[in-house]
Amino acid sequence: MTDEQPDTAALDGSTGTAELEDTENPWLRLHPDVLKVSAIFILGAMIAAGVPTAIGIASGTSWPIALAWVVPGAALVIGAVVLSEVIRLRTTRYRVTGLRVEMTSGIWFKRRRSLARERIRSVDLAANPIERIFGLTKVKVGTGETGGGTDSTTEQTLTLDSVHKTEADRLRAELLRRNAVGAGTEVGPDGGQRLATWEPGWLKYAPLSFLTPMLAGVVIGAVFQVADWFGRGGLPVEIVGDMIEEYGAWTALVVGLVAFLIIGAAGSLLLQGEAWWNHRLDREPGGTLRVQRGLMTLRSLSLEEKRIRGIELVEPLGVRAAGAGRLDVVAIGLKTDQEGSDLSTLVPAAPLDTTRAAAEAVIGPIATDLAPHPKTALTRRLRWAAIAVVVLVAAAVTCHLLWSLPALLSAAIILAAGGSSVFAVWTAFDAYKSLGHARTRRHLVSRRGSTRRATVHLDRSGIIGWRITQSVFQKRMGLMTLDATTAAGKGHYAVIDADEHEILDFADDAVPDLLRPFLIREGD
Amino acid sequence: MSPSTTTLRPPRNRFDPRAKSWWRWQEIITTAVLVVPLAVLGILIAPARPWLLGPAAVILLIGLVSALVSPVWKHRVHRWEVTDTAVYALTGYFWRTWRIAPMSRIQTVDTTQGPLQRSFGLSTVVVTTASSAGAVKLEGLDHDEASALAARLTELTDATPGDAT
Repeated sequence: MTDEQPDTAALDGSTGTAELEDTENPWLRLHPDVLKVSAIFILGAMIAAGVPTAIGIASGTSWPIALAWVVPGAALVIGAVVLSEVIRLRTTRYRVTGLRVEMTSGIWFKRRRSLARERIRSVDLAANPIERIFGLTKVKVGTGETGGGTDSTTEQTLTLDSVHKTEADRLRAELLRRNAVGAGTEVGPDGGQRLATWEPGWLKYAPLSFLTPMLAGVVIGAVFQVADWFGRGGLPVEIVGDMIEEYGAWTALVVGLVAFLIIGAAGSLLLQGEAWWNHRLDREPGGTLRVQRGLMTLRSLSLEEKRIRGIELVEPLGVRAAGAGRLDVVAIGLKTDQEGSDLSTLVPAAPLDTTRAAAEAVIGPIATDLAPHPKTALTRRLRWAAIAVVVLVAAAVTCHLLWSLPALLSAAIILAAGGSSVFAVWTAFDAYKSLGHARTRRHLVSRRGSTRRATVHLDRSGIIGWRITQSVFQKRMGLMTLDATTAAGKGHYAVIDADEHEILDFADDAVPDLLRPFLIREGD
Repeated sequence: MSPSTTTLRPPRNRFDPRAKSWWRWQEIITTAVLVVPLAVLGILIAPARPWLLGPAAVILLIGLVSALVSPVWKHRVHRWEVTDTAVYALTGYFWRTWRIAPMSRIQTVDTTQGPLQRSFGLSTVVVTTASSAGAVKLEGLDHDEASALAARLTELTDATPGDAT
C-alpha cells in the first residue's frame, strides 16, 4: 500500500533563512551557458521559419516589405525567449540535501518541487548537439511512481535544464548511490558490469523495421504537401503520368515502389542510427541498469532493478526474418504502450543470441520449452483469415463490377487482394506457431503474435491478479485466454487461446494459492 | 497424464435483485438518448422523415427487447465473491470475464453511487490494484452491503503487508 503525501508544496518564503542555515547543501544554479544554447536554438528556429515566410511574402509583394515584416517579428520572438530564459536561469535554484532533492523556480509564480531521495528511481540524462558543444546536459530525476488508481497518476519528476556535464554525472552518481554498498562482485574498471555493447553491424536490421514502409508513406505524403504549398498540387500525379507513358506502367510502378522503399529504408537507418549509436547496457553498483546511446543527442537512462518485473523479447516480422530481436524491459513506472516509445528498450534489434544473452544477464536464465496450444487455436486463426479473404475478394469483385477499370488498375487490385489473402492465411499458421506458454522457476513465459512476435517473461511474484476471458466462440473450441495483471509495463500480459482446463492448472501453478479456492478439480 | 478437467466455479453471490431495475433503466435511458433526437428531427424535417424515423423505430425495438431480457440474464450470470484472500467476480455471457484480485495486492477500495443507482438504493464497489487492467468492479450491490463490504476489504487489505506491486 503506498501512502504518499504530495511532494510539492508552495514556497513559503522560508528559503531565505534555510539558505543561511544550510551551508552543507548550498542552493545551486543552472549553468549560465544555457542562455547561449537557447539563443542559438531560437535563432535557428527563426531562420528556419523566417526564410520561407519572407520568400512567401516577397513573392506576393517585394523584398523590402517582406524583410520589414519578418526581421522585426523574428527579433521580437528571439528577444522574448532570451528574456524568459534569463529570468528562468536567475530564479531557478536546486540543491541536494541528505533526504531530498529540491528545486525552486519562477518569480511571479514561485514553484517549489521536492522529491524524497529514497523514492528516486531514475536519473536520466540527455544532451542535444548544441548542448554538447557547451558541455551541458539535461537531468531528469524521476520517482517512477505512477499511482495505481485511475485518478492518481502521480509520477513525480524534476528536470534540471541544464547543468554542466560533470555536475550531471555527479548528481546521477550521488542520487543513485544509495544502495551501492556490497553490490555485484564482477565490477569492471568503470565500476559497472557491461551487459550488452552495440555493434555497427546491428544497423542492418534498421531498414527491416516497420519504420521503413511508414517513412516511405510519410515521404509520399510530404511530396504532395510541398507541391501543394507551391500551388502545384497536381504536379506529382502529372510526373507519374509522364513516367507511365514513357517507360510503361509496370516499370513505373515497380521502380516507384522500390525508390520509395529505399528512401524509407534510408530514413529508418538514419533515425535508428541516431538513436542507438554507441549503445551500451550496463549494470551499475547499487542495482541500477543504465542504457547509454545516441549519435547527435546523447541519452543516458537509468533504471532501478528493484522495479523490473520481467523482460519482453520482441521480434517484428522483418527483424525476425533476419534472425534478430530486440529486448524490452517490463518495469514499474515505464509505460510501454505508448506508440513509438523506445524508453523501455534495453537492446535494439540485434542477433538473437546477443539479445538472449542480454536478457539472461538482466533477469537470469530464460531458456525454456514452450507448451503449444490446442489445434483449435489454429482453426480459430484460419477462420479469421478466411473472413479476411472473403472480404478482400468481395471488395476486388465489387470494384470490377461497379466500374470498368483500366487494365493496370485492375491488375493492381487483383494483385493486392491476392497478395493480402496469401499473407492472411500465412499469418494464421505463423501466429499459431508462435503461441506458447511455460512456467520457469521465477517467470511466467508467454509468446504470441506474427507481425510482432513477442515473448514475455513476467516475474511470477509481480503478478497481481488474473483476468480470465472466454468468448462463446472460444468456449465452443475449448479455448481460454489468461491475462496476468501486473503493475509494470503494459499492465497485463496474456496467454491467448490456451486449453480451457490446462491453462487453469497453469495459472494455479504460476501463482500458488490465488486461484486454488475457485477451481473445481476432478475428485473434489 | 490424463487430460485436465479443471474448471472455474462461479463466484457464490448474485447481485441485489434491485440491480435488475437499475440495469433496465440504464438501457431505457440509453435507448431514449438515441431515439428521442432522431424522432424529434424526423417530425420536424419532413423530407428526411423515413430516414430518421425508420432507424429510430429499429433502435427503439432493439432497446425495448434488450431492456426486457438483458437485466434478467445479467442477474443470472453476473456473480461476485469476497474471500479472506481474494476478490472474485464474473461478468458477461457472450464474452465471459473472470477477475481475481488478491487481497495482498489491493491498493484502493472505493464505493460509488450514481443518481440512478441511489434511487434504487444500490452502490458500486471498485477494487483497484497497481495494474491498469486489474480493477474489479462490483456493480449493483445493496448500498449498506456495499459499505460494509468496503469497510471489510479496507480492513483486510490494511492487515496484509507489502507494497502491492
